Formats: sequence, C-alpha cells, structure tokens
Amino acid sequence: MFYREAGDFKVSYQEDSQTFPIKFDRVRYYVVLAVAFGLIPFLINDYWANAILLPFLIYSIAAIGLNILVGYAGQVSLGTGGFMAVGAYACYKLMTTFPEVSMFIHVILAGGITGLVCVLFGLPSLRIKGFYLAVATLAAQFFLVWLFNRVPWFYNYSASGQINAPERDVFGIIITGPNAPSWATYLFCLIFLTLCAIVARNLTRGTQGRSWMAIRDMDIAAEIIGVNPLRAKLTAFAVSGFFIGVSGALFFAIYLGAVEVGEAFGITKSFLVLFMVIIGGLGSIFGSFAGAAFLVLLPVVLKVVGVDVLGWPTDIVAHFQLVIVGALIVFFLIVEPHGLAQLWRVAKEKLRLWPFPH
Amino acid sequence: MKMKLTTLALGAMMAAGPVMADLVFPSLSYRTGPYAAGGIPFADGYADYFTLLNERDGGIGGEMTKLVECETGYNTEKGVECYESTKGQGALVYQPLSTGITYQLIPKVTADNIPMHTMGYGRTSAANGEVFSNVFNYPANYWNGASGVVNYLLESNGGDLKGKTIALVFHNSAYGKEPIRTLEELATKHGFNLTTLPVDHPGQEQKSQWLQIRRERPDFVVMWGWGVMNQVAIQEAANIRFPMENFIGVWWSGAEHDVLSAGAKADGYKAVTFHNVGRDFPVFDDIQKYVVDTGKAAGAGDQIGNVLYNRGMYAAMLAAEAAKTAQGIHGTADITPAMMRDGMEALVIDEAKMAALGMPNFGPAFNVSCENHGGPGLVGVTQWDAESKTWSLISDFAETDGEVIGSLIDADSSAYASENGIEPGCK
Repeated sequence: MFYREAGDFKVSYQEDSQTFPIKFDRVRYYVVLAVAFGLIPFLINDYWANAILLPFLIYSIAAIGLNILVGYAGQVSLGTGGFMAVGAYACYKLMTTFPEVSMFIHVILAGGITGLVCVLFGLPSLRIKGFYLAVATLAAQFFLVWLFNRVPWFYNYSASGQINAPERDVFGIIITGPNAPSWATYLFCLIFLTLCAIVARNLTRGTQGRSWMAIRDMDIAAEIIGVNPLRAKLTAFAVSGFFIGVSGALFFAIYLGAVEVGEAFGITKSFLVLFMVIIGGLGSIFGSFAGAAFLVLLPVVLKVVGVDVLGWPTDIVAHFQLVIVGALIVFFLIVEPHGLAQLWRVAKEKLRLWPFPH
Repeated sequence: MKMKLTTLALGAMMAAGPVMADLVFPSLSYRTGPYAAGGIPFADGYADYFTLLNERDGGIGGEMTKLVECETGYNTEKGVECYESTKGQGALVYQPLSTGITYQLIPKVTADNIPMHTMGYGRTSAANGEVFSNVFNYPANYWNGASGVVNYLLESNGGDLKGKTIALVFHNSAYGKEPIRTLEELATKHGFNLTTLPVDHPGQEQKSQWLQIRRERPDFVVMWGWGVMNQVAIQEAANIRFPMENFIGVWWSGAEHDVLSAGAKADGYKAVTFHNVGRDFPVFDDIQKYVVDTGKAAGAGDQIGNVLYNRGMYAAMLAAEAAKTAQGIHGTADITPAMMRDGMEALVIDEAKMAALGMPNFGPAFNVSCENHGGPGLVGVTQWDAESKTWSLISDFAETDGEVIGSLIDADSSAYASENGIEPGCK
C-alpha cells in the first residue's frame, strides 16, 4: 500500500536512476543513516561497541569487498584472511613509521596496498577459473600468513611476533588504543562502511559493475561483446582488495588492537567472510550487511540466551552455537539458495502487491 | 504460552543477574576447541577453589565470591567479547589463560584499572611493575621457564653444554615465540646451538618438524606447546625413538592428558613446573568433602590432583589471598578492582600461610612489590612415570638466571613504555 512505485513520479533522469527509486526505501535509508550517525553514538557503551557493532561494521566492509569479487565478478576467492592481514600489517607499518599522519589516510593507504597485492594474486585468474582459482587464492592465504610470521620487519622485530596498535588520533580524538572512546571508534568504522557501501553500490550498477557481471555470467560472450576480461577481472580484484584491506586495517587498529597473524587472519577468517557473502546473498550489497549481521550477532545472541538467561554451562552453549549456526547455514542454503538478500527481495515484492496479492 | 515464556525468561534473568555485593571473579575459560584438554582442568580447579571458599568459609572475609565463566575457545575475538561483557559486573581480576588474549587485554585493563594475573604465561616483561602497573605474572614467567630448562640441562651434564644442540619445538604464536629470545641469549652464554622448529596452530601436523629432528639428532628437545600439539609431539617423539629423558616441555606441555595417549613410550618425559604436583595436600580433602561430594564441582570431579587442575586451583588461591590482602589494606570486605590491584601488589605468600590453607610446600614463598610483579621465578622439574601414571618432582625449585632475564625484561618493558608513552614509576 505504501511500498510502491505508483504515484511517485520522476521528472528528471537523475531522479529516475537514483539508488532507491521507491520513496519508502529512500526514507528508510535516511532513517537508518540518521539513527546510525545521530542516535547510536550517544547511547553506545563499551560492550555494544567492542562486542557487537565494531565487528559487524568491519565484517560488513570485508563482505562487501568479497561480494564484489565473488558475487559480481564471479571469481572465487579463499584468500580473504590473507588480504585482511595485508591491510592490517600495512596499517601497522604506516602507523608506526608516520605517527603524525591521520588514521584516515593510513587506513585508505592500507586499502590501496592491499588492492595492489590482490591484483598480483589475481593475475592467475586470467588463465584459470572456478575451483582452480579458489586453490590459487588459497595459496595466497597461506603464503601471506607465512610471510607475516616469517619476516620480522613486518612486526617491527617484536619478541612475540604480535603487532600492537599504538595510540593514534583523528582531529585530536583518540581513535586507537584502549583509551579511545567507544563512540569515536564506532563512528570511525561507520564512516568507512558508509563510504565503502556507497562506492560499491554505485560501481556495481554502472559500466564497471555490468562488465563484471558480464564476465561472471559468461566470460566468452562478454569478450565477444567487447568487455576486456583482463581489465574487468583485475579491477574486480583491485576494488575488492581495497575494501578487504580497509576492513583488515580497521579490524587490527580499531577493533582488536593487538593481532597475531596466524590466529586472527587464518583460513577460518576466509571461510567466515565467504559464508557471510553466501548466506547474505551473492551479488547484493544489502546481502553483505545481512550476512555479516547474521554471523556476528547470532553467536552473541545464542551466548546471551544460553548462558545469561538460561544459565547453562558455557561449554554446552558453545557446542550448541556451532550446531545451531551450522544447521541454520544448511537450512538457508536449502530453502533460500540466494541468501538473505533474496528473502528481502521477495518481501519487497510482496509488499508492493499488499494487500491485494493477486 | 508467549506470556509464560516471557515470564520464564524474566525469572531466569533475575536469578542469573549479578548480585553486586559479591566478589566477582571472571573465568575466561575454554572448554571447547583444540585447546580444551588444557582449558577444562584449569577452569575446574579455578572454579572449585572459589566454591570451596564459599561452602567452607562463607566466602572471602565474609563476602561471598561469584565466579562468572565465559567461553573464549582460545580465540581473541571471543576473549574481547568476554572481557567487555564481564567487566561491567565488577570483575576483580582477569586470568585469560591465553597469551594472545593477554596481549589484547594488557592495554585495556590498564585503561580500566582492573588487574590481570597471567600466571606463567602472557607477556613476560610484565614482571616489571613500574611499566605494567595492572599486570602481574608471579610466581614465574616464560623466561624463568626457559632458563630453568637450561639450568637443569647444565646440572645434569656436569655444568657444560658446549657444542650441544637444543631444538625448540614451539607453537607458532606469541606464546611459542616468547622463550626464543632468552634461549638465544643463553645459547651464546653457555655455548650451545639452538634450532627453532615452529609448529602451526593447532599443531596436529608435525611430521616435518620431527623428521628434521630425526635427521639432525639434537641432544635435547625443548617444547613450548599447548593443547593438542603436546600429545602429537610426544607421540611423534616416541615414533622416531627420541630418548624421552632428553625431551623437556614447558609447564604448559606437562600434564597427564599430554602423555597418556603415547602410553608406555612416554615414560621419562620431563616438564618444568613452578608448583607442586599430585593430590597429597589437605586442601584436596576439603574440596572432595565440600565441593565434589555435595555435587557442586565445576566439572565431573575426576580432574582433582591433575597438573592443570592444581594450577587452576593455585591461581584461584593466589587471587583469593590477594583479595584478603586488599580487604586488609582498605578495611572493607567489598573491594573494587582498584583495591584488588593494591592487594596483588602487596601480596605475601609464605610457608605458614600455605600450610594454613592446606597446601604446604605447594608453591614457592614470595613477596610481590611494585618493582617486581614477577615473583621469584623458581623452577622445578617433573618427570612422567608411565607405569604408575603420575608426575613426580625430580629436582628442587631452583633459582633461574636472573642476570640474563632481568636485562631482557628491562629492555622489553622499556621498549613497551616508550612505544606507548608510559612514564615508568611506582604509583
């Protein structure tokens, strides 16, 4: 009744091609932004920031990055953990080498460096596809983790091989380290997520995104109609690497503060982000958010319900978590192979017809 | 039905909600994952000792204790979640039992002014209390452990290790890398060769490392392992017929579950320790009587007397004694985390105190001070007897190389202080 195109007249091309053509969607988008920027920073506490919101925001960026590569360009990657590590270590080296430079610049540079590394490991994609490419990126994952463990220059020769984020600020507000206020860390990540999402959304619905999708759907046909596969594939790797690098930098500098490469950026991280993308929905920006929320929030919710509310032993709850999350993943993949984003799309279709379903 | 469920949930929430007057001790445990074999007995020992205090003595200084358990799975992200969710409940002291989580929490606990006790793990240079005001690692740390191993080898080889080779098999993480620096120093000092063999998490795959050991035939193998890695390493050592008496683990690689799976072949395997082993202590009778027999034990009650159970109980005892000290200093039973920190810094453990607690000779006598958060660093050696399935102490608790360790601690802690803008000094 209220969710429909009818009556919402567009009088310019700009209006016609905007991101959210339906008024209700548009309003909802601005409300979400207003709440995220205007309300949550005033209500947030340490627990909400560090346990729930920061991981959600950061994994969302990573999921958007991987979604561009896997969902839009069709290049399967299992190297996400390794690429996040590149972002984290790049950010660490930049932070310690240039302490007076703003964190904004460090994070963006870390993303850029990761983009370059990602392009390097994306080169084999020109010759190999599918499972074989997955194996090639898996090699990247193991190589990068090994590299950061092996070469002491990356961790500034510290005895433990860990990297620790020193205290850095943005416009005088402390943003990393233990004294950073939770609203500041939250806003910092939120700004990056918002920018990344806007850029990703606009890239994917323009020429670039269309050439990625053409490559994904059938690369030979795409080549015949004039899409340059070298360019399309490598730009996908570059853009995806940039986003994943930004998320890795934030993951280390803002969220954890101290990182050990094998533990934080191991193969499990690659799978986690891939699951987010698959559960959320391949080829959908909203799906990246939904997948990240699902896999970040569900364990916390289960833990709160099991341990704090029901008072069960912690090990039973931890085992149940694995069982429930696993079962839900299987359930979703059977019932809705296109992920949470498809559920949302179906809901929107229903809303358009409601209350007259026929 | 819906109404019923809500009331049920509400009731459960009220029952489980924190009672603010209690002394809250969070237990960041791990009973799942590849490190659970070590995490379970430690968590059981930690929990059972506080239950014993509640049941037998009515808490600490008349104030009941409350243990809040949170499952970390040895994972730093979950560790952060656990820290944030428990710190609001008035947590007095954190003991994460993970070096990775410790590194994460050092800046956080300092900012929140909550003490953290990393007994025999964590960041070794935290022994310098002038830099690490809220972190304690008494009574011994990794570098004491490394030096203790070398001292034992020196002693059993007539004081000379020149030209010998020691291979270090270590968990490739912050934990496993911690002793390398000390062992390198000691290698130059005593003239032995050191080879390092990293094993990646979780440590089930060690064929190549042991192949290298078989090829290079080092005189001794030292292990810095944890979780499933220990069992695998001991099995592999047995497979290549490496003499077990030349194989020494750190205290995290020397529990019953590590050696049992290798059966009779593990006989003679050694490990260093900083506390006593076995269940011949009066305190265990009390635990049996007040905790296990009344059905209040944290686990199945079958872990009592195991190395890691003893260690968990020892950690709880040190925390409880520090709480008592803090109550004495501040004249109140209901202490805050900041008071707890003062109590830990003024902690005195002597023979009479330990005997009164039912743990005569269980650990070393020591005093904590602002300058020294690390305790005396006395290290003993235990050996496994596969026949009787027991660990037994084969050497006294001996001094370690304070000269080498002290200068390394100074160097590492001053580097940390300058990195983080900390002015070293006592408050």
